[in-house]
This record gives sequence, structure tokens and C-alpha cells, in this order.
Amino acid sequence: VSAAAGTDPAAGAGRPQSGARRGWLVAAVALAIAIAFPLLDGSDEGTMSIAFYVLIFMAAVSAWNIFSGYSGYLALGHAIFFGVGAYMLAIAAVDWNVTPGWTTLELLPLCGVAAAVIAVPVGLIALRTRRHVFVVLTIAVFFIFQTLATNLSSLTGGTAGKSPPFNDWSYPAYNVRFYYVALALVVPTVLLSWLVRRSRFGLQLMAIRDDEDRARGLGVKTMPVKLAAFVLSAIPVGIAGGIYCYFLGGIQPAGSGSAFDPLFDIALALMGFLGGIGTIAGPLLGALVIEALTEKFTQLFSNAGWYLIIDGVLFVIVVAFLPRGIVPSATDRVRAWRVKRAASAGAGVAEVAP
Amino acid sequence: MSFDALVQAVLDGVLTGGIYALMAAGLTLIFGVMDIINIAQGAMVITGAYLSFWLQTKFAIDPFLGLLITIPAMFVLGVVFEYGFLRRVGDRDRTSMSILMSYAFAIILEGLLTLGFGTDFDSISAPYVNSSVHILNFYVPDIDIFGFLLALASMGAIYAVLYRTKFGAGLRAALQNRTAADLIGVDVNRTRTIAVGIAVAVSAGGGMIYGATTPFYPDSGYDLISRLLAIVILGGLGSIIGAMASAMILLVIADIVAVAWEPTWSILVFYAVIILVLLFRPQGLFGQRAVRAQ
Repeated sequence: VSAAAGTDPAAGAGRPQSGARRGWLVAAVALAIAIAFPLLDGSDEGTMSIAFYVLIFMAAVSAWNIFSGYSGYLALGHAIFFGVGAYMLAIAAVDWNVTPGWTTLELLPLCGVAAAVIAVPVGLIALRTRRHVFVVLTIAVFFIFQTLATNLSSLTGGTAGKSPPFNDWSYPAYNVRFYYVALALVVPTVLLSWLVRRSRFGLQLMAIRDDEDRARGLGVKTMPVKLAAFVLSAIPVGIAGGIYCYFLGGIQPAGSGSAFDPLFDIALALMGFLGGIGTIAGPLLGALVIEALTEKFTQLFSNAGWYLIIDGVLFVIVVAFLPRGIVPSATDRVRAWRVKRAASAGAGVAEVAP
Repeated sequence: MSFDALVQAVLDGVLTGGIYALMAAGLTLIFGVMDIINIAQGAMVITGAYLSFWLQTKFAIDPFLGLLITIPAMFVLGVVFEYGFLRRVGDRDRTSMSILMSYAFAIILEGLLTLGFGTDFDSISAPYVNSSVHILNFYVPDIDIFGFLLALASMGAIYAVLYRTKFGAGLRAALQNRTAADLIGVDVNRTRTIAVGIAVAVSAGGGMIYGATTPFYPDSGYDLISRLLAIVILGGLGSIIGAMASAMILLVIADIVAVAWEPTWSILVFYAVIILVLLFRPQGLFGQRAVRAQ
């Protein structure tokens, strides 16, 4: 890796070497906490289900970020892949009469494949356009899938939805197991995001984000690069949909908490922007803050209106005051502080601020 | 499909098309003034419907008479939307961020409506909602005729304001060249705020008719926004006349699909139109220019 990757504004401040080492340390500690979490509070069903949803969103936002964060294309239709993954699991489990429990979860890779297969034509159509035209197209395609899931009732069960065979895991083990399944998706997704970021492919994506025409002029094959990122980002979202469907025990085509929920689309963007799009840690932080808050509020207030209002207000605050997100803003602060400290200590500023 | 059914479908399509054009007018106006795709338009129409519903159930005010109250109320909502929300969007990624901002506004509206009215379906009732006129072999609901007339009057009023008043001239100037408009003494910010206010105020009428013809609940905005987007995209973003024509075309096609095939599939007409138009003719049927880059 060249030094440039380590000194990127969003990747971490300070000297390339120590910054990278600190990043690994933070990741290791975060993972250790995530693994140990159920041991501390595993018997509390409310807390564990919130933790499960947080992990599902961490995986989905990290995956969304691989496309939208790195390429700068705002996709508001990733619920397509979430829904396709969810239906894939339910339909396959029913049609093939899969044994409930761990065996059903072996279908999850198939959910990822289904999402990828769907992502190819969707990407080929939508990625011909840019900016708000792209945004509107992703929204329109999302509604097409919602309509198909509602109308193709012989396949999807119509408005009643589809349920895989009943999973008889007992509580509280049920929530703890699903928590670890979700965690097993978060880790490779974040690794994938990190690998893309430091690869040539990632650099091409970020070149597209900064100036697509110039990137093309410099020889980046923009369409294949964008499409690859789009498809790659769909796969973990599809798997997350499969896990979500099996956790709930069934899935509906439309409505709150369903397979094709417009709030899911917008939640990914909200979480990504709050944490900081285009970073590794930002989506994780955004998912943690937003999902923990909204789930807590849903448990506190029976009226769904409150959590909608809180979500919306948070979104306004992020767009108006924090458009770059927490992680990049905080990184800038830390960097400025270091530069100041180094300057007052008489050390070379150039060393810390290349 | 019989000939009578076809004629009935076309008749319904033209009348409801006018009503949909009225609902879409705010969307196309805000795009014209601000270059912003207002995802909250659906939620605003539903807000208008709930305002009329509330006045009628609480104070027994006739929905059409109630417009005297709901139109100013929605104007205030539009001013709040522009001043408190749209204007707070920074210059960085302005198009994408303002879509997110209007989405956030839609979620807040939906939350407020859920708190106030719950999540069950409501509908506005009046004597003329269930009565209809019988011409030859065809039935035309009275409310559709009233709605169509209201749409024509409102669209005519918007057109007159845009093209026959000093304010309209300033508005069009601000749209074409912000700096030049500033220089010749147009207060661009104030003009924009008022224009968004007018755009949202127009949705009061559309919402009232929608609420009288279709059962609605706070989530209905999502169902609406895709139809409205299809209408303004086909008509050419920013074009009032385009919205009127494309709304009728789309509603007639959707009605024919509903009669010939199944009502649940007619919504796909709208989505397909959004995709095809954006891919092959982004300026729509009546737009002179391509969708502008920010």
C-alpha cells in the first residue's frame, strides 16, 4: 500500500503507520466488544433484538456505502436487494421443505446470489443516468419490485406475505444466535469495504465520485466499475434480508418493517450520511446511533408517529449541519489538534499533515 | 373489453387526470423554481386531505368551503418547508442532499399525521361524493367533475400568476439567471419562498379531491409520489401544461390497463413511464431543455 492510502483524510489521521495500526486496534476492540456483548446482556430479549437490528443495518449500510459512498451515486433503492433476499429465503425454505434451524440459514448465500442477479439489470438501467435522475430511477425501480411482490401472489403469497417453516429455537438463545449470525455478516462486509477502499478498483470509484468525465478521460472504464460496485454492494444487503426474514419468521411485501419498505432505503442514506459516507467506520457508527435510537423509541412509544418524527428531525440535522458526517468531521478536528500540538512542540508540521 | 368500457375508461382517465395534474402541479413548480425534486409532494397532498377531513369531521365545514382555510394553511406549510428546510441545504451535492431533505420532511409529516389521525384509512364524505351524472351509457361521479373544474381553475390561476404578473416575471427571471435577477432588483430568496408556498398551497385542493375520491392514511404519500413523479417527468419537469397533458395520458392508459387486465397492475404504467422517459427522453414531452445539471 502506498502512503497515500494511510493518509487519506477519512482513513485516519497522523502518520501513515501509526494511523493504520490504531485503526486495526480500534477494529479489534470493537469486534471483541461485539462478540462479548451477549455474554453481558444476552438474557434481555429487548436489548438483544435491538442489538440484532443494529448489526443487520451495520451490514446493509456498509454494503450500501461500497457503492454510494465510494462512487458518490446516491442509491435510494437498496431495499430491492433486501426484499429479494428476504423472499429468496422464505420461498426456498418453503418450496424445498428445508429443515428449520441452522439448515435454513444455509440458504443465506443463495439470498446474496439472488440480490446480485437482480442488481445486474437494475444497475445496467439506472447507471446510464446521473445525479437526481439516478436517484429517481432507483426509487421507481424500488416501487416496481414492491408492486411485483404484492401482485405475483402465487410466488410471493401476495399481501399476506411468505413465511418459512417455523423455527423452534427457544428464548433467549433465539436472539443470541441470530445476533451472531448477523455479526458473521457484518465482519466480512466491513472487510470487503476496506479491501475495496484500498484497491485500485476503489480508487477508480472515488475518481468517478470526484469527476466522472475526467475519470473516463483518464482511462477508467466507468460503466463496468460502477456496475461491479453496485452488484457487490447488493450481495450483503440480500443476505441481510434473508437473516431478517428468518428472524421475524416471515415477510410481507409492503408496509412498515416489510421486505420492500421505503423507510429502509432512506434509513441507509441517513445512517451513511450521519456517520460519514465513503469511510469504513462511518456507516457502522451511523447504524449504531440511528437504529439503536429508533428501536428504543419504538419500544418506548406505541405510536409509530414519534419515531418517524425523530428519524425525520435527525435527518434534517444531518443534512443541514453535518453533511460530511461524524467520522470525517471528527477526523478533521483530531488532525487540526495534532498539527497545533506538533507546531507548538516545534516538530515538523509537514510530517503530520502531508 | 367492450367499447362502452373503453369509453368509460377514457372518460374517467381524463377527469382523474385533471385531478392528478393538480396534485402534481406543486411538484413541477418546485422543480421549476428550486431545481429540487420534492419527494414530500405526496405527503403534502395527504396533509391537505387530512386538513379538509379534520375541518369536516370536527366543524362540519364543507370540503370545498374549507379550501378557504386549508389553502392558506398549506401556503404557510410551504413557506416553512422552504425557509426552514430547503434553504438549509448546503452547496455540496445540492441536488442529492435536497432530495434527502424533502424525504426527511415527508417522514416528519407522516409522523405528525400518524400521531394526529392514527394509521387507519379515512375518507372525506359529502353529498356529492357518492352521486353521479348519467350521460348515455356512462356514469360520471359528481366529485370528479367538481375536481376537474377545480383543477382547471387552479392551473389557470398558476399560469396567470407566472405569465401575467410582475411577481411571475421576477420568478421566471430568478429561475433563468439568479445573479442577473438579483442585479435588476428581484429579491430571489423571497421570490423562492413565496413560490414554494404557492406550490404547496395548490396541493390543498388536490389533496381535498384525492381524499374525497380515495380512502387515505398517513402512508398514502408513498403511493402517490411515484404517480406524481411519473406525471411531471413525462410532462417535462417544470412545465405546468406538460403536467396537465401527461396526467391525462397516463391516467387514461392506467384506466385501460385496469379495465383490460387488473387494477393492481395499472400502477406499473407509472413506474415504466418514469424509467423509459428518464432513459430515452429526459426532458419529457413538453420540456425544452434537458434536466439541468446542478
